[in-house]
Amino acid sequence: MRYSGFRVIAEALTGHKGWKPVWRDPEPQPAYDYIIVGGGGHGLATAYYLAKEFKQARIAVLEKGYLGGGNVGRNTTIIRSNYLLDGNEPFYEFSLKLWEGLEQDFNYNAMVSQRGIINLIHTDAQRDAFTRRGNGMILNGADAEMLSRDQVRALYPFLNFDNARFPIKGALMQRRGGTVRHDAVAWGYARGADMRGVDLIQNCEVTGMRIENGRIRGVETSRGFIGAGKVGVAVAGSSSKVMAHAGMRLPIESHVLQAFVSEGLKPFINGVMTFGAGHFYVSQSDKGGLVFGGDIDGYNSYAQRGNLPVIEDVAEGGMALMPAIGRARLLRTWGGIMDMSMDGSPIIDKTHIEGLYFNGGWCYGGFKATPASGWCFAHLLAKDEPHKTATAYRFDRFLKGLMIDEKGQGAQPNLH
Amino acid sequence: MIINHPILGPRDAQEFVYLGDANLINRPDGMTAGIEAFHDYLYNRDNPAGAHRELWYHEQGDRSWLVVTRNTLTHEILKVELARDVAKAQGRSK
Repeated sequence: MRYSGFRVIAEALTGHKGWKPVWRDPEPQPAYDYIIVGGGGHGLATAYYLAKEFKQARIAVLEKGYLGGGNVGRNTTIIRSNYLLDGNEPFYEFSLKLWEGLEQDFNYNAMVSQRGIINLIHTDAQRDAFTRRGNGMILNGADAEMLSRDQVRALYPFLNFDNARFPIKGALMQRRGGTVRHDAVAWGYARGADMRGVDLIQNCEVTGMRIENGRIRGVETSRGFIGAGKVGVAVAGSSSKVMAHAGMRLPIESHVLQAFVSEGLKPFINGVMTFGAGHFYVSQSDKGGLVFGGDIDGYNSYAQRGNLPVIEDVAEGGMALMPAIGRARLLRTWGGIMDMSMDGSPIIDKTHIEGLYFNGGWCYGGFKATPASGWCFAHLLAKDEPHKTATAYRFDRFLKGLMIDEKGQGAQPNLH
Repeated sequence: MIINHPILGPRDAQEFVYLGDANLINRPDGMTAGIEAFHDYLYNRDNPAGAHRELWYHEQGDRSWLVVTRNTLTHEILKVELARDVAKAQGRSK
């Protein structure tokens, strides 16, 4: 069923009796050509592009809970491609271009809203660094713009420009950045994959892997053994748990990251704003709530909830940047499990086991990467070679000293 | 989280800096171990869901290193030892 304006009107006039479940709920087949473990944003995007762009047959997505119930349903919905390094920027720009055409591509309203993202500047050195980053972005086909203090003031007059410690001196703006309705991304990819014959199997946890003579034969699940020619794992915070079934130890630690929503307020923040010096970033949802977050809690965790000290730290960051929010009440906080890689950059690679592939280590930046991650992982699964924008995301970069140190830190900042 | 410091008693986790898996105590011998051993030591982790032994540094306290055994699924702290004692028991340190 294709969605359109006419369809909405027709259904409205006939009592909305024509809407059907958006995807099937199939029983698992004995075997598939491709199994994607993980029914989150990245796994569903992988299945979608594998079926649509690479025309592969007999694909299943195995999800231990329900589709989109992990980090794709828990993030702060920001898309951007404001990276510096060669290993990263082409990939994230590829992703942003896919975001721009996504809704037409999968015929689903994901509310892609390119409202602009700014990174605030507080010192001359930071301006130099952001100028360099902006140039790096432009060289890779992205857009970037340096804003003066007055230009930032015109956008957001209520910011604390004369904060004694972090006065605002300007910003790096990417106008094509913005936000997306995160759940709709998972649903849109799920629907698109299902329409192309992919079996989306929920409540099906992978409990083991059958590996014979260095080759994957299939996965043991809570719903029995399922054979597979190739298995791709895209399970974010559970990466170490799932890959342990193949006897692998990963350069990844799982950490909890919290996010926050305030009560609904009148519109006053049009785009996305990051205050890196204060560990705070914010946007305003269409419903009026401020959606904001900060740093990871900083200790290994598989609990999808964090602790109060980080909530205090993030609130302090928000107050330092915009004292106007002092009376706004916090509506909700929640946590997601981040697969923190050791250099802060992701992995999309083969493993030493033939037919077993891995996609993870997204740290706290996985949402914006969803389309390109799916595309590049599908490319790797279908063609056995990395997509040209994802060649740096290898396992062996740690062994060879080829880390992608975009931020210069991974799971541990080691700044003390 | 409250960490029950073996010397100072219960202290707020905010006083501590976290370093990660307590296996970092077991650094390979730099004179004999190969690149693979160091790569494994430096980058790879067990990252368990459940009991996890980890290093916490009491920066805003007595500056001792602790080995805290904590459940990563519930954040419950199961055991706290001085890292010094752990390292000595493993035959490291003097």
